[in-house]
Amino acid sequence: MAMAHPVRLDLPEVEVREQRLRATVSYNGTARDLSRRSKNFSLVNHERGFEQCSTCQQGCAGIAYNVRGAAVVEHSPIGCAQPASAAMGINVANAARGLPDQSVNVLSTNLSESDTVYGGAEKLRATVREAKRRFSPDAIFVLSSCAAGIIGEDIEAVTSELQDELGIPVIPVFCEGFRSKIWISGIDATFHGILRQIVKPARKKQPDLVNVFNFEGSDTFTPLLGKLDLRANYVISLADVETLSRMSEAACTAHICETLATYPAKALEQEFGVPEVRSPPPFGISWTDAWLREIARITDREELAEQVIESEHKRLEPLLETMRAQLAGRRVYIFAGDSYAHSISNMLLDLGLDLIGVNTFHHDQTTDGGLEEADSLGQLVASKGDIGNFSVCDKQPFQMVKVLKDLQPDILIVRHTNMAVIGAKLGIPTIQDGDVNISAGYDGLIKLGERLLTAWRTRRIFQNIARHHRHPYSEWWMAQNDPFLLSSEPVA
Amino acid sequence: MGGYIEQPRFSCALAGQQTVLAIPRALPVVHAGPGCSGKVFAFSATNAGFQGEGYGGGGAVSSTNTGETDVVFGGEPKLERFVGNALRVLDGDLFVILSGCTSGLIGDDVVRVAQQYARDGHPVIGAETPGFRGNSYVGHEIVVHEIIDQFVGDVTPAVRPGLVNVFASVPPQNPFWRGDLAEIKRVLEGIGLQVNILFGAGSAGISEWRDLPNAQFNLVLSPWVGLDAAELAEKKYGTPYLHLPFLPIGPELTGKTLRTIADFAGLPAGPVEEFIAHEELVFYDYFVSTADFVADYRNMIPSELYVVGDSAYALGATAFLVNELGFVPEGIYLTDDPPENRQSDIRQALSDIVADLGDGDPVPRFEIDGRAIQDSIRTRLHGSTKALILGSTWEDYLARETGNLSLHLSLPITNDVVIDRSYAGYRGGLRLMEDVYTSIFKAGDIADTTLTRNKQ
Repeated sequence: MAMAHPVRLDLPEVEVREQRLRATVSYNGTARDLSRRSKNFSLVNHERGFEQCSTCQQGCAGIAYNVRGAAVVEHSPIGCAQPASAAMGINVANAARGLPDQSVNVLSTNLSESDTVYGGAEKLRATVREAKRRFSPDAIFVLSSCAAGIIGEDIEAVTSELQDELGIPVIPVFCEGFRSKIWISGIDATFHGILRQIVKPARKKQPDLVNVFNFEGSDTFTPLLGKLDLRANYVISLADVETLSRMSEAACTAHICETLATYPAKALEQEFGVPEVRSPPPFGISWTDAWLREIARITDREELAEQVIESEHKRLEPLLETMRAQLAGRRVYIFAGDSYAHSISNMLLDLGLDLIGVNTFHHDQTTDGGLEEADSLGQLVASKGDIGNFSVCDKQPFQMVKVLKDLQPDILIVRHTNMAVIGAKLGIPTIQDGDVNISAGYDGLIKLGERLLTAWRTRRIFQNIARHHRHPYSEWWMAQNDPFLLSSEPVA
Repeated sequence: MGGYIEQPRFSCALAGQQTVLAIPRALPVVHAGPGCSGKVFAFSATNAGFQGEGYGGGGAVSSTNTGETDVVFGGEPKLERFVGNALRVLDGDLFVILSGCTSGLIGDDVVRVAQQYARDGHPVIGAETPGFRGNSYVGHEIVVHEIIDQFVGDVTPAVRPGLVNVFASVPPQNPFWRGDLAEIKRVLEGIGLQVNILFGAGSAGISEWRDLPNAQFNLVLSPWVGLDAAELAEKKYGTPYLHLPFLPIGPELTGKTLRTIADFAGLPAGPVEEFIAHEELVFYDYFVSTADFVADYRNMIPSELYVVGDSAYALGATAFLVNELGFVPEGIYLTDDPPENRQSDIRQALSDIVADLGDGDPVPRFEIDGRAIQDSIRTRLHGSTKALILGSTWEDYLARETGNLSLHLSLPITNDVVIDRSYAGYRGGLRLMEDVYTSIFKAGDIADTTLTRNKQ
């Protein structure tokens, strides 16, 4: 992996991943080939002749919804603002973590046609002031949108003016959907705003605190890090603004996924002196070992870590043996986000499953720190060997239907809402693995195995769906040999 | 379209894609940014009780996923090639190209591109649905208008007496549209009409739309959505229309509605009355069988009614719950943002069909800001725990917080699976009773005295 550029917190915007990490959304080959070709950035994005709806970075920037006590103003037409599902999911996660409920404080400026003609700056000011009045937030995130971007709204000027007026951070998040095909660019944009306007230099270092960048998932890391007498500082979902401001005080920064968090990890190291944990994320046995050892090295607990690893292995071995026996011979396919797909791959191979293929939604040809130890694809290939049928596309069911029909996996693992249905309609027992945290650590392996077994045992419903389902693709398309035919160049 | 909104109750005009998908084998081609189609789907279909992608919706919707280059240089040439490929890859009977904010602002002409393909005999039309043009209801109107204008087109009608086209629901912005349309079709056929229901599993798909000009009349069961289509069909094909500003719920309103329709259509009274009498016999047999429960549990059944929903459903539901089940209306909040010139008609319609607006709050409020609705309800409750709040998942939270009961009537619904549920007509009235009465047990176990356990 080549060294990436330094993080530029002096600039209001972070570059999208196509530019920053040379991210791509189309590839078809093998894991080793993809990893090798990424080293010299030889993958390029092609114009596509046909595609299906993707996801936009504005949606991902909405991770700001999850910051406790903050408010979000979306400077957009109403369709961009979607707080209902988040409002429920966040408090389910709070309950799972033993935390009090939090409200999701979102206002849309509800841009109309006349705003696109006469400008919406006044409406934006009024809405941000109303957000302050309604929610008494500790910070306000202002998300841009395609419409706001194209009509040239000066969100930076408005937010900086209102920050002075309101006396709290008012954070512009530049996340216009059309600017990137890599939706997670929007998470970078929100992190960028937090790093610029919320995180403060350490007031007092907390040597037993580990930043864990994650989504709103279950509480796996308190017990795992607790074995090393360390505390997990879950960021940024469910954390309040004060907690975020103190990320600089942690001993180190870990994360559940390089795709999610090598940007803030690099920024915290570069700007605040918090070291980034140089290890792949803790999924599967060897990666969990490496992760614990690395954190122990930074926090000076190496001896304790060796004891923990030894006793955990001893505890896990019989459980794993039983699980392997139950899953033996099953062929599995993974359809998930970039680094997390690599993590699940690593776990499936630990579980002794036959991993017959992987598709990731995008691929970063490097990470923000450019660390070899945090290159999950490189680490996967190095430790487990090559994986065939390895492809990259941003969802695209018309392609995936053909891939899956051809490979006929016994079980499909998906991590994205509304994509598991592809497997269901093909009669493949499928799980949507939304909570990443639950799979982390040693017990994560067993829990993943249990979910796979449940999907397999209940497969009759999937088979029944497949019997009665009709897909919307033409005979011509289904007869083509190459599922990626239209992704490399337009056909005439 | 007003100012800021908290807790949105609708999506944007691009939600017209769901209107396309509600027609069997019709497919949208979205010319918008990468997240637009998915966001519309998430709100309009997933947050409508998990209605699913169906045939070619959800993640399968074709989308140009407009990028920076298209915004700078224009996306029309790419769209032209794209539509050609969509026609090869997808198997559909009608393709509707929908523009989003990006293409709407940079000036790509989706109708022109559609016409290029239509000239070669492909079933393709275009609709300008950028999000800033309006909400889901507006998007529905635009799509229906364009289908009639561009796809059904200028034909000479061969009118068949007794044939009616129904404009009654915005799918799935009305979460119960599937069940509602099935019931509406059933009762209209019951009085002797032939029905082009146009959307949902009960529709024959595009052949029904092709048949649209041949109807004896158009029926609009909604305060404002659907009127544009009826007016367009009147202009294009000379089809008269009947406008009833509510969705009929329960036997009283449904019977009245059927008589008005029969009268308009010139149907013989005998079979109409026979059908109504039979439906009422069945309905009231069930109805009376709940008397034991209602009498024994009167203390536990809520009595104050708050309704949060679009004007079509809110009017019908209020009428049934007040007129027939004895609820006292306390607050009616209409969330569909009707054009201002329709609002006084809606107020009038409400007082026409609701027997007694009582000393509660007889004035329906047109309100699109969820927080304003919730603050108003909270104030009016005065600490009462005798309320039933019909609304969205947001109202579930409010009900839980205030110790009241809630039931779903409007989007967003994120904690309920809606399949064929319907509160329309006769069968819908029974279902609504079942859901209202069952809801009292949601708060905890109940004794047939005045005691409950776990009431929050």
